Amino acid sequence: MDALSLIQILESGLRLSVPLIFACLAGLWSEKSGIVDIGLEGKMLMAAFAAAVAAFMTGHAWIGVFAGMAASTLLGLLHGFASISQRGNQIISGVALNMLAAGLTALLGHVIFKQGGRSPPLEGAARLPELAFGQSAMSFLAIAAALLTALALARTRFGLRVRAAGENPAAVDNAGVSVTRLRYGAVILAGLLCGLAGATLSLGQAAGFLPMMTSGKGFVALAALIFAKWRAWPAFWTCFLFGLLDAIAIRLQGVALPGIGAIPVQAIQALPYLFTIVLLAGFMGRAVPPRAAGQPYVKER
Amino acid sequence: MSAPVPLPAWADRLLMPLLALATAALAAALLLFGIGENPADALAIMLRGALGSGEGIGFTLYYATNFIFTGLAVALAYHAGLFNIGAEGQATMAGIGAALFIFAAEPITQGFLLIPIGIVGAMIFGAVWAAIPGWLQAWRGSHVVITTIMFNFLAAIVSVYLLVNVIGKEGSMQPETRLIADGAQLWTMQAMLGALGFKSPSTPLNFAFVLALLAAFAVWVLIFRSKFGFHLRLIGTGNDAARYAGINTQRMIVLAMALSGALAAGMAVNEVMGVQHRVVIEFTSGYGFVGIAVALMGRNHPVGVILSALLFGALYQGGTELAFERPAITRDLIVTLSGLVIFCVGALDQLYRKPLAQLLARREPG
Repeated sequence: MDALSLIQILESGLRLSVPLIFACLAGLWSEKSGIVDIGLEGKMLMAAFAAAVAAFMTGHAWIGVFAGMAASTLLGLLHGFASISQRGNQIISGVALNMLAAGLTALLGHVIFKQGGRSPPLEGAARLPELAFGQSAMSFLAIAAALLTALALARTRFGLRVRAAGENPAAVDNAGVSVTRLRYGAVILAGLLCGLAGATLSLGQAAGFLPMMTSGKGFVALAALIFAKWRAWPAFWTCFLFGLLDAIAIRLQGVALPGIGAIPVQAIQALPYLFTIVLLAGFMGRAVPPRAAGQPYVKER
Repeated sequence: MSAPVPLPAWADRLLMPLLALATAALAAALLLFGIGENPADALAIMLRGALGSGEGIGFTLYYATNFIFTGLAVALAYHAGLFNIGAEGQATMAGIGAALFIFAAEPITQGFLLIPIGIVGAMIFGAVWAAIPGWLQAWRGSHVVITTIMFNFLAAIVSVYLLVNVIGKEGSMQPETRLIADGAQLWTMQAMLGALGFKSPSTPLNFAFVLALLAAFAVWVLIFRSKFGFHLRLIGTGNDAARYAGINTQRMIVLAMALSGALAAGMAVNEVMGVQHRVVIEFTSGYGFVGIAVALMGRNHPVGVILSALLFGALYQGGTELAFERPAITRDLIVTLSGLVIFCVGALDQLYRKPLAQLLARREPG
């Protein structure tokens, strides 16, 4: 493999990891605050759809990005309402919202565009342009988001409180800080980040919306979150690794390696899931989620 | 699901699901209205499509067969306090298992002995695919929710590989196996009723529906009338009580997951041996996830599971009919509605509980 193709793989690896990075950081915020989010996939899909619709209607990619962030945040607030205000089951809410997003985007896509759920191809200013190194602005935003998330969680009052809400909500409450508001704040942040993830998919990587275009990326991001043991920088690098794997899988399609033969694409696709299972089983260190994740907080009376 | 306000049993089992269903229906009506359809007309088309003809009923019961199996799978695990959202992957692997067992046995026999062989193959594969996450939870402490999600994706990846490279039909561009032998194909309901002298339309409904009802009865006996089921439910209430009672909790968790996976396999039996007569890629088409809704609505009781499976069967068949008649609507409406129902029944559980409890308390004197 020569240097040029190595650089190409690195570039496309970063490009492919961008939606994962945004979604993984979204999951990080949500779960750090104590709200388990398996609805990353649905939020991304909803955002990809809204972004494509808005970009198509207005012809401006960035209006699309904002529409995507708004749609994803709305879906996130539904999850927040069920998980925080109603103290419902967070897993069930996530499963439900994933299905809702899958059905709704395809249905509305059909109603709006009459092309079997997909949007018409986006062109020109309706797409995110490439800036440098084969990357759109989203790649740089993703790096910035990881940086800011790491800083905010480690150094700011809000970040500290969010983490406390996920570890020991009663203590936060005793200190006179509202667990409810902190968790809603984190859920909204997660919605905005998933919005960026979805918009990257439909406005940057593809030229428009396709039904089910997230194809499990939300769950790969969830796997990355666990693999990174709920920490911001490891989350970034894990997503980059998974993106690289994706780029390599595309590259290796049908290529026979010397001595090994052709590696089935599926073997590489399976790696993120296998890594996560092995890690969760404690064979490679321990992945411990925030202690209060998944548990609704009930104020003592 | 923490600190639920107590309600009388009738309100909890009947009124609460119905209220949640009504909420979902209201949201669905608004959605239909929003895309320019008349909700009342749509409901009429759906009801007529699902129940208005022998053919419609046949299709409704065929979908319900899948939902009874996946609903039972989720419900059984739930009684042990395990949330199995891997029925989709377990059924995928079960389909592969059924095909492998049948193909292996075909050189020996072509007769109907292939049917139990295929069912056993499906159950083994489904059970193993569920037992591994169970084992990982029991012995290694990884949460079954996350591992079953990962196993769903692994099952999808493995099945694509197998269907394309190993057991796929030669010379076919489609990732699918060749047809299974006639002897391995489950009897259609049309043939079974015909043998009894009744005429019925041709639908995918087959013997698997009878198996689903038998499975529901077996699950009821197992959970509510056996020592095993008692231990299972004891574990579901919290591990300590079960441990002090001398129950091997870890073994029970693996067993509960294995049984759950074996039940999910029933869905593959219906599709692979009853309808498609081969393994087609993504033949599970989300039935495993709907099983979660079915179990939730049925309050994890086999009778409730059957009733809500019938409801979802009607929703699927009615929705298909609606998509056929109204060009603006696609079958994606069904997935949307299922999501709404899961959300309202499962996640917004508390929405009506408190007001309802207050209302009922007020009406009782003293």
